[in-house]
Amino acid sequence: MKMYTALFRIRFVNTLQYRAAALAGVTTQFAWGFMLILTFRVFYRENPAAFPMEFSHMVSYIWMQQAFIALFMTWFWEDDIADSITSGAIAYELVRPLDLYNRWFCQCTANRVSRATLRCIAIFLVVFLLPEPFRMSLPPSFAQFALFLLSAVLALGVVVAFCMLVYTSLFYTMSPLGIRIISAMLGEFLQGAIIPLPFFPAPIRVIVELLPFAAMQNMPLRIYSGDIAGSDALRGMILQVFWLIMLFAVGRVAMRRALKKVIVQGG
Amino acid sequence: MINVQNINKTFRVTKRQSGILRAVKSLFSREHEIVHALTDVSFTINDGEMVGYIGPNGAGKSTTIKIMCGILTPDSGTCDIDGRVPWKERVNHVREIGVVFGQRSQLWWDVPVIDSFELIRDMYKVDDALYRRNLDELTELLDLSELVKTPARSLSLGQRMRCEIAASLLHSPKTLFLDEPTIGLDAVSKIAVRQFIKKLNAERGTTVILTTHDMQDIEALTERILLIGKGRILLDDSLDELKKRSSERKTLVVEYAGLEPMICEGMTVIETKDGRMVIALEPSVLSVSDAIAYFAPRTELIDISVSGISAEALVAALYKEYHI
Repeated sequence: MKMYTALFRIRFVNTLQYRAAALAGVTTQFAWGFMLILTFRVFYRENPAAFPMEFSHMVSYIWMQQAFIALFMTWFWEDDIADSITSGAIAYELVRPLDLYNRWFCQCTANRVSRATLRCIAIFLVVFLLPEPFRMSLPPSFAQFALFLLSAVLALGVVVAFCMLVYTSLFYTMSPLGIRIISAMLGEFLQGAIIPLPFFPAPIRVIVELLPFAAMQNMPLRIYSGDIAGSDALRGMILQVFWLIMLFAVGRVAMRRALKKVIVQGG
Repeated sequence: MINVQNINKTFRVTKRQSGILRAVKSLFSREHEIVHALTDVSFTINDGEMVGYIGPNGAGKSTTIKIMCGILTPDSGTCDIDGRVPWKERVNHVREIGVVFGQRSQLWWDVPVIDSFELIRDMYKVDDALYRRNLDELTELLDLSELVKTPARSLSLGQRMRCEIAASLLHSPKTLFLDEPTIGLDAVSKIAVRQFIKKLNAERGTTVILTTHDMQDIEALTERILLIGKGRILLDDSLDELKKRSSERKTLVVEYAGLEPMICEGMTVIETKDGRMVIALEPSVLSVSDAIAYFAPRTELIDISVSGISAEALVAALYKEYHI
């Protein structure tokens, strides 16, 4: 365990160095968040009853999404990992007394958490002070907030486990571009990063809400505002646990098979 | 103790001729070629030995090293290192070995070298006292005190290589695999690294397996040579024995003033230039002292030197002998 905390630490410190990137990120997130909220506001003004989520829930959903963008995005890739596979630097990774899957899982998580830490503090400082209707609301109860935290951890796990599958595929395809674009687009759309899942038409929604993508940001962001509560929240978290275990297991098996036939590029 | 028996390894390589037409064709059908990287490779290395693993480019040196490190899985054959099969018990196996891949880096690019060292300490669970001792010793011997505070990206190749070697030794490995460790080092660093490896072997009894194209490394470090060519082990012998067997011939370099001297039986002129003559000597016909005595009255000698065959020439001769 100590070695994983050490890995976590070096990643964390490494990412914290990039202040300019964090600042640029925060600015983008604000702009994007406002744009989304303004757009939805136009629709809501027309007929608030026609929408499946309350407007205040929607605002919280969007700000929380922007604050934690680094935690849940499926287009956020570790270049280190892709490079080490395609350049052959993986040779050094494999002479370490660590399980490679755990190690990369830890590295991805650390990177996401450290990026999110810098960004979310700045965003939260502002969005709780904004005038209505742009202000982010507090969660309805402390219990709901606790559920949100737990669900956020699970969602992060699911996102990282999903990305690990994509990395493992690089052992076979060698070029990260194609599969990245496909999985990023699919992931974004199906996890509710473009429009929240309740906005999907009913028959599609039933299926989409069972997919692993629904176990990503969809859950914690809706739990936070109270859009999902009580037994629905519990059911949602069971789905998250299920997909986390599934993706983790499949990822480990896939990596073990890939490593058996690994070849080291470049001599 | 390393025991490698009948290891085979093949790679499938996609081949394509140059040209657009061929490129288009390869969209539909690819030509693959099976490359036999290793064929029936067997050898045994005892604890505390220093072995030079040599062969021309693409002979299979690195592949063998990677199999012994547990990175690659061979198609067939067995490998037993201290009772473990590297690719089956990779995690436990690599705890006991140190590896330097001369052409890659294990240091984190953006952080000071010392941070990388500490991470490696934690990965290998090296206890603090041992880490301190190893770090101090490595810092002194490899002259790292200034380098460790610098981010790896700001180091020159040679400086980085010294740090890489240190990084591979922080956990006191029993066996050290060096895959071209002296690439890019200047003369001083090379000598420092060689001395250091020698000392490590003498004091800690570390087994060292070294691949290199620098024959001075081989000459300075190893007593035993494994020669590999086209994936097969061709020769496994001690360096001294090889030198003795491979050629009894001596090389004589004569520098003289005035006229070029005549030569006698048992000498072959290799090169003559501006009062300098390189002669190959057949000691069975003419001894070195006779040769010197022969020249003394015939010309005005400025300098004369005798040398045995160099490791460089020896290896070149071996490559030629085995057609690799």
